[in-house]
Order: sequence, then structure tokens, then C-alpha cells
Amino acid sequence: MTNDIIILPLVIHLFFSIVLMFFWRQVNIQKIVSVVGNFVALVLAIWIFIGVYSQGILVVESGNWPAPFGIVFVGDMLAVTLVLLTAIAGFAVSIFSTISVIKARLRFGYFSVFHFLLLGLNGAFLTGDVFNLYVWFEIIIISSFVLISIGGEKNQLEGAVKYFALNFFASMIFLTALGVLYGLVGTLNMADIALKIKDVDNTTLVEISAVLFLVGFGIKSAIFPLYFWLPASYHTPPSAVSAIFAGLLTKVGVYALIRIFTLIYGGDAFLSTLLLALAIMTIFSGGVGAIIQNNIKKVFMYFIICHIGFMIGGLALYTEIALAGVIFYLIHDIVIKTNLFLISGVIYRIKSTTNMKKLGGLYANYPKLSLLMAIPLFSLVGIPPLSGFWPKISLILASFNAQEYWFFAALIFGSLITLIVIAKLWSEVFWKNQPKIKFPKKFIYFDQLRMGQKLTFIFPIAFLTFVTLYIGFGAEHIQQVSQRIATELMNNDSYINAVFKR
Amino acid sequence: MRTLILKSASSYLLPVLLLFSVFILLRGHYLPGGGFVGGLVAAIAFVLDAFSNGLDKTKVVLKVHPGFLMPLGLLIAFLSGITPILFSDLPLMTGLWADDPIPVIGALGSALFFDLGVYLVVIGASLTIIFTISESA
Amino acid sequence: MEIILAIITGVLYASGIYMILRRSMVKLILGIILLGNGVNLLIFLLGRITKGEPPIIDSTEKVLQGVYADPIPQALILTAIVISFGLQAFAIILVKRTYKVLKTDDLDQLNTTDEDS
Repeated sequence: MTNDIIILPLVIHLFFSIVLMFFWRQVNIQKIVSVVGNFVALVLAIWIFIGVYSQGILVVESGNWPAPFGIVFVGDMLAVTLVLLTAIAGFAVSIFSTISVIKARLRFGYFSVFHFLLLGLNGAFLTGDVFNLYVWFEIIIISSFVLISIGGEKNQLEGAVKYFALNFFASMIFLTALGVLYGLVGTLNMADIALKIKDVDNTTLVEISAVLFLVGFGIKSAIFPLYFWLPASYHTPPSAVSAIFAGLLTKVGVYALIRIFTLIYGGDAFLSTLLLALAIMTIFSGGVGAIIQNNIKKVFMYFIICHIGFMIGGLALYTEIALAGVIFYLIHDIVIKTNLFLISGVIYRIKSTTNMKKLGGLYANYPKLSLLMAIPLFSLVGIPPLSGFWPKISLILASFNAQEYWFFAALIFGSLITLIVIAKLWSEVFWKNQPKIKFPKKFIYFDQLRMGQKLTFIFPIAFLTFVTLYIGFGAEHIQQVSQRIATELMNNDSYINAVFKR
Repeated sequence: MRTLILKSASSYLLPVLLLFSVFILLRGHYLPGGGFVGGLVAAIAFVLDAFSNGLDKTKVVLKVHPGFLMPLGLLIAFLSGITPILFSDLPLMTGLWADDPIPVIGALGSALFFDLGVYLVVIGASLTIIFTISESA
Repeated sequence: MEIILAIITGVLYASGIYMILRRSMVKLILGIILLGNGVNLLIFLLGRITKGEPPIIDSTEKVLQGVYADPIPQALILTAIVISFGLQAFAIILVKRTYKVLKTDDLDQLNTTDEDS
């Protein structure tokens, strides 16, 4: 039973999504069930994290088939950390959804699909089998297609078509890579592939499969030449959906890149160079994109792209310090990006727009709320001692040690541009006087809500801000965890031994 | 498209096709077949009925809304998956088998219930899709 | 046999990507279907083709003897077919809805998401 705990996040989300399907049209019951389900998942995720932290890697062989033959679920530190973050983000977003997503959307099984999305994310993090990873990715993208197009507004459908086409294409590239890899090594278990790929003579084909994986996951995680679907689609659905997409969907691509490029193709020189070049370009294009945008949501979207570059670059350096920085950044980024989109949702509810030109005077009217929003915004910049600062130290140090000065410059550039844009956003949205524009009459403004409803809006933001503050001020603990994950990733023997029970 | 031939044939074809789908479902463990194919055959049976008699009459024949079959099937598959954890301390989705084969069905095990769940989900999903498309067209 | 399948796989990939790059949304769906079939055929091909040796254990034996076809690629393809069935059903409905709302089949007209709002 002790090992079985790592599959509990999958079981719990599947169970709750089935329960929610039975209450198809009863929206109020769905809200309660979903929040309860996410709370249970959060408690379980903490339990599993503690279990793996104290006992080491846990492995479940599904169907009782021994390791290279059946599908294994591997709970190593990286996986359970991400499961915990998924649970945190899922809990916050489920509360936010109860108030911000309109009833017409909830009636089409929003919460059920939301739980399916979380199921897919948890499965992708926990699985130890490449094909199973593909299946979880498909569950994620099918759920995300439904979430992005639910409601069927004009720009939403346009975004959904773009999102669908590119993500489907990415899946097909991923499947091609998988086919090539299977043809080379004849196994699908990641630990087994890691052992057998060293004996493959045809190194050209190995590199080809690696580049195919890079393209497939690259589209999903929005790295440089492949990110164009993201600014075209992420701002179209409701803020709650954007938040879970921004926090977790691109990060699952980053997770897959980290897993594949440490465990299977660890430290390949050609791939490192390629990844590093892509990372620098990603930081540059994301940063430049963020400067010219006027819509808050679009600014945040370009920040997603920009900061994906930080993680990919750290992965390319492939040293222990760099990987620790990547993991720390990943932890920080998931919480902060989810929070930013929730904040944009609240700003939209207050002012009925997210365009910076039309916004203003938030600090004068809502001083406490503005201070709450300031913490995640300045954490994103990385002002010490807030959470963005610590991983950047590791990354800058690692790039300096590895004498990759271009990446070093890109990191500085990325941080600086984040600072400039956040400063601009702060002065435009919070400090500037409200420009004279016409507000639409038929809109439920934040001020017209009851106190309980207002608190439901603010509680998820406060919760995630608290987590951010903990990451910043309790950086020692997070750094310890990241360090341990980085050590595990660099010597993949512990992973392989755990899978084969040696 | 209401031809007399199709209409008279479909009233006989519906039970035969449904029986055939169950046959494929049960055959699935050792031979080609299984829940997915069986579910598709059953869905085709209802679609054929809808072609000849109209959508409303098919919905009466079906009695439940096809959307309801999805959670039901998922629940059956889910229960068959977690039974080994709950009752015999084995990992998720381990096959549990009854000792003696049952006539007609053959060896009874948790895999059959999983397949039954898949069968219901496939009927529910494909009928929901097809009914939605044909209603909005 | 292998060479024919390899050529067909290439043709399916090429035509699938060509169709995805067209401006029409219907052709996008056709491209997706072709690409999916190309990938399935590729996996089938990379699992090595073994003719007339199904991986079925003889009733007198305990394990498989001699040369036999690899069953895993077929299982993978079956899974991939089921997944692409769902995705294509979704794609068709999505494109239909989009066509109804936007009254156009041209992907170049889908540019309201880039506007500043």
C-alpha cells in the first residue's frame, strides 16, 4: 500500500470528474464538489510529497507487470513536487472558477473537464513510460481544447482553431519521435530506454529522434520559433482557464523536456548548443513582445514565453547548479503565472477591460488589493527577497561558470525587460489617473458584488501570494528540494534502480 | 431519407446489431474484438435506426440520454481499475480472475468490466457527437 | 513491402503537412487525418514487419518460440487511432462552429485575436 500512494492524485481526480458528470446540469452542486475535490487532492499531494521526501523514489507497476513490460508510475522528487504545485494551482483556480466563470459555461461540464485536465497533468508528471506520457498529453490537450472553446465566443473559437491545429501537430511530431525511438531501442519504459540507448550504433537516428522530441515538446512549451500559437489563443478563454493554462500547460512541456533530456539524452553536446541558442532567442523574442503589448493578458503571455527561455537555457547548461536553478524557477513560475492571470481576471471584473490605455487609478481606489497584487508582480521581476530572485542567482552563476556569456547576457536582458514592463504596468494600471472612457452598462462590476463573492475573488490570489511569499522567504527549503532534484536528475542511476527494484 | 426498405430492415437490424456488438465485446479478450469495437457497432445500430425512423424515435428507443452512458461507463471502468487496490493489496489495474469459467461469457475477470465500461463510454460519446451534429445541421 | 510502406508513409506525411498549410479549415482537418495515418503507419513500419507469425503462444508451450511479430506497435497504433478518432470528432465540430460564427472558411480571416482590445 505504501507505494500505491503515488497514484492517488490520478484516482482522486478521475473519481471527482466522474462524480461531476453525474451532476451534469446542477451547477451549484458542481461548484462545491469541485472545490472539495481539489482540496482533497491538495491534502493528498502534500502527503505524497512528504512520503517521497522521506522514503525516496516510489514506484508502482500498474497491472502488476514487472518493470520494462508494464506501465510504471514513478514518484521521484521532481514528479511529486510538480504534483504538489498542480494541486496548489488547481485548488486556487477551482475556487476562482466558482465565481468568475459564468453559468452558461459551467453548464457544459466545465468542472468535470477541469478535473480531467488536472488528471492528465498529474499523470504526465508521474508516468515512467514514454507512450503513456503521450496518452496523458492527449488527455491534457483534449481537455484544454474543451476548456478553451467552451462558451463559443468569436475570438475564443478563433483562438481554439489555432491552438488545436498547432497542438495536434505537436502531438503527431511527438508520436513520430516515439516511433523512431521505439524502432531503435525496442522498449518504451524510460528507465529501460536510458539503459539501452547507449548501445545503439546509429547515433544519427538517435539525434533525429531527440530533435523530433525537441520540436514536439517545443511547440507545447512555446520555445522560440514555435510559440506563435500561444499569444493567439491564451487570452481568449475566461481568466480562470487562462490561469491554469499559463501556470501548468506550458510547464508540462518544460517538464517533459527536462525528463527526456536528462534521463535519455543526458548531456549531448549538439543538443545542448541547440537548446541554448533557442533559449536565448526565446528570452529575447518573449521580452520584446511583452514591451510592445498594451493588453495586460498579452503582456503576461509574452512573459510566459520569455521565462520559458530561462528554464530551457538552464537545462541546456546541464550542470547541477543550473538544474537546481531551473527547478526552483519552475516552482516559482507555476505559482506566479497562475496568480498573474487570476489578477488580470480581477482587474477585468473591476474595470471591464484589460487594456492598459483604458485602465488607471487602481491604487487610489483599492489600496489594499493593489498591495496584494504588487507582491506577485514584484516577485516576477525578482526583487530580493521575493521568490524570483533566488533561482536567477543560480542560473546566472551557472551560466557564468560554464562561460556561456550569451546566455548570461540574455538572462540579464530578460530580467531587466521584466522589470521595465512591470514598472510600466504598475504606473499605467495602478498609479495613473483613470482616463475618461465609457464603461459598459450591462456588466456586473466588482463593486456591485456581495462581500462573500468579493472574498471568493480575492482568496485564491491571497492563497497563491502566500505560497509565493513562502517560496521567497523560505527559499532555503525550496533550494534544498531543488538541489536534491537536480542531483537526482544528474545521476539517473537512482531513477533507473528504483524502476528495476535493484 | 425515409425509404420503406431501410425502415423495415432497420427494425430487424437494430436487435441483431446490438446482439452482435455484445458478442464482439465478449469475444474481445482472446480474439479480435473488445469494448471499443463493440461500442462502435452498437452506436452504428442506433445511428441506422435514427436514419430510418428519425432521431426522436431513436431517443425513445434508447430511453436514457446518451450523455448519461459516459459517466456510467467511466464509473464501471474506474471501479474495475481500483478494485485490486481496495481488496487485494495489488497495484492499480491488476487483472483479477474468477476461478471457474462461466458458461457463455467465459472466464470472468476485472478486465471484462473494464471493457464493459469502455463499451458504454464509446456508445455514449459517439452517439452524443452524432446526435449533436445531426440536430444542429 | 517495407519500401512501399516507407514511400506511403512519406507521401502521407507530405500531403498531410501540405494540407495543414492550406488556408481552408476543411483542408486543415483533412491534413490532420492524413498526418495521423502517416504516423500510425510509421510506428507500424518501425516495429519491423514479420509476416505470418502472430505473437500467440501455442497451447503446448509456456513461452513464445522462434520469430514472432512484435505486438507492441499494434497496441500503440490502436491507442493512437482511438485518440485521433476523438480529436477528429472534436475538430470537425469546432470547425463547424467556427464557420457558423465567422461565416468564413479562410484561416487568414481569423485575426481578431491579434487585435488590441
